[in-house]
Amino acid sequence: MAEYQSIYTRLQVRPPVEPGVPVETGVFTRQGEPFFSYLAGKVGDAQIGPIYLGTLGVASLVCGFIAIEIIGLNMWASVNWDPIEFVRQLFWLALEPPAAKYGLSIPPLNEGGWWIWAGFFLTAAIILWWIKMYTRARALGLGTHTAWAFAAAIWLYLVLGLIRPVLMGSWAEAVPFGVFPHLDWTAAFSIRYGNLFYNPFHMLSIAFLYGSVLLFAMHGATILAVNRFGGDRELEQIVDRGTASERAALFWRWTMGFNATMESIHRWAWWFAVLTPLTGGIGILLTGTVVDNWFLWGVKHGIAPMYPLEGVADPATMSGGTP
Amino acid sequence: MNELSKYGALGLMVCGALLLAGCERPPMDSEQTGFRGTGIVEINNPRLAGEPDAIPAALPPAPAGGPPAGSVYQNVQVLGDLSVAEFTRLMTAMTSWVSPEQGCNYCHIPTNLASDDIYTKVVSRRMLQMTQHINSSWSSHVGNTGVTCYTCHRGLNVPAQIWTVDPGPKSVRGDFAGWRDGQNIAAPAAAYASLPYDAFDRFLTNTGDAGIRVNAATALPTGSTTRDIKDTEWTYSLMMHMSEGLGVNCTYCHNSRAFADWEQSSPVRVTAYHGINMVQDLNVDYLDPLASALPEHRRGVLGDAPKANCATCHQGLPKPLGGAQMAADYPALGSAP
Repeated sequence: MAEYQSIYTRLQVRPPVEPGVPVETGVFTRQGEPFFSYLAGKVGDAQIGPIYLGTLGVASLVCGFIAIEIIGLNMWASVNWDPIEFVRQLFWLALEPPAAKYGLSIPPLNEGGWWIWAGFFLTAAIILWWIKMYTRARALGLGTHTAWAFAAAIWLYLVLGLIRPVLMGSWAEAVPFGVFPHLDWTAAFSIRYGNLFYNPFHMLSIAFLYGSVLLFAMHGATILAVNRFGGDRELEQIVDRGTASERAALFWRWTMGFNATMESIHRWAWWFAVLTPLTGGIGILLTGTVVDNWFLWGVKHGIAPMYPLEGVADPATMSGGTP
Repeated sequence: MNELSKYGALGLMVCGALLLAGCERPPMDSEQTGFRGTGIVEINNPRLAGEPDAIPAALPPAPAGGPPAGSVYQNVQVLGDLSVAEFTRLMTAMTSWVSPEQGCNYCHIPTNLASDDIYTKVVSRRMLQMTQHINSSWSSHVGNTGVTCYTCHRGLNVPAQIWTVDPGPKSVRGDFAGWRDGQNIAAPAAAYASLPYDAFDRFLTNTGDAGIRVNAATALPTGSTTRDIKDTEWTYSLMMHMSEGLGVNCTYCHNSRAFADWEQSSPVRVTAYHGINMVQDLNVDYLDPLASALPEHRRGVLGDAPKANCATCHQGLPKPLGGAQMAADYPALGSAP
């Protein structure tokens, strides 16, 4: 087989640039003169561009830009507009959601109002990008699997920042926009609600997350391993099973007694990936609204193993003050 | 290997080295302190332990008998019942603990030792009362070991690890944007996390329920706690301080699968509980009220007096000074006022 026929080739073929199918008329057309990049060709297609943003894409980028500006300028303001401190402390800085006393009302701008605006524009940007993704897939005659996978991630994002805070009746339950602060929030969330590890939907989400990683590694390894038999041309192998498919299938049947097919492995991977944020979002949604302490819930339902206790008693129940 | 790969490999190695530069090299000492499989272990770096601080030797015992100090000296309000010899011995020890360089004159006017004109004398009198109060009333925390001036001072006029109210970086135009909500900058008080930077002011300046506990006491919501995630971050900040101040992990006190559950906690958590109560008590009754006695440069940015937290005494060790029994040599520091 000629080396260039494999998409894992070490050679880069340079045909004339491919402009793509014609765009239906709109405000925007495809932008930019396409060119080839040797480095891009190392990891994917060597052709860069043209780009089609369209009305939705431009609107999404504008909303996203506004959100990032609100977040970034608030971060900068929080260090008194000092550019050095802004860079130095960037990972520590954040735009914080309103305090609990404001409930779901709109607080003053500098007490969480900016957070609501940033959240609004970021959500708008994400939703617009989702619609763009859906319509682009439709315009190309594709299925909408990518859009729905993205929607699963958006579900988790909306649960964290909108749906759950609304159910809890307080914006203070939402996540701050910031690098370390959102990680601290995550840890505090688990601690406040009695350890998220006892949340069965959290368990499911972890299982699907790690399962996704495992499936990705298995699939990637399998295809690379049968590449020499044309296995990298997966789509062709789906409709016209060749020796690559046969060997890959045999390998897994011999090693674990069962094999996916060239097509079904992609359904496995898609569902594992999509179920990670779907189940995770359900777990977050139930936290605080339906279950207040996951460890105690785990004890109640027999999923928290018990071992010899230290037998320490709460001193607050025995003497004086409580800290 | 072509040029690109070479530079790439070099870059990866440099990044890897940078990433690891902040780490301490293995092996670590790991000591199991709880039931097997629960991860309740203490991890310490044996190469960082170093030599323990030298503990000042006790002064030779004073000869018995002699008239009480209160009848010989004037204005002896706290230690008047001691014999003159024991009184002098304690004064000598205090000088070596707190003002070894300045000597007696750090607190006393040489021509009139009874004078209260120097503020440090007023403060040290109150600190003597505080020390006696700790040793007589807070054995739940300090046990029989007790404390002396040296527990915190370590030869310094002012203990190294104290705190005053931290309003955060001053806001130039704080009314429009840049609200921090008391957190989200690198906070030394919270082990350089982005957690709230002034948990001490929130939790250690009042006695009674400061709201440190955040967990619900029931599996399902019954309104047993009104604490939210932001409150939890404040508690988290205080716990980071305790961990840093004592040089221990979370699992020194807690079973991390259920931080709140006392039955699964280590017995030292009870000691820590009383420690929080003790520090609150000391800050309210002894330290905060000293603000009016202190000169400007000894006070915090908001004018409050320096106060105590866990690190003030512990200074990075689970037991201050490694549990040295210094107070036993100075029984006058233990009598209840």
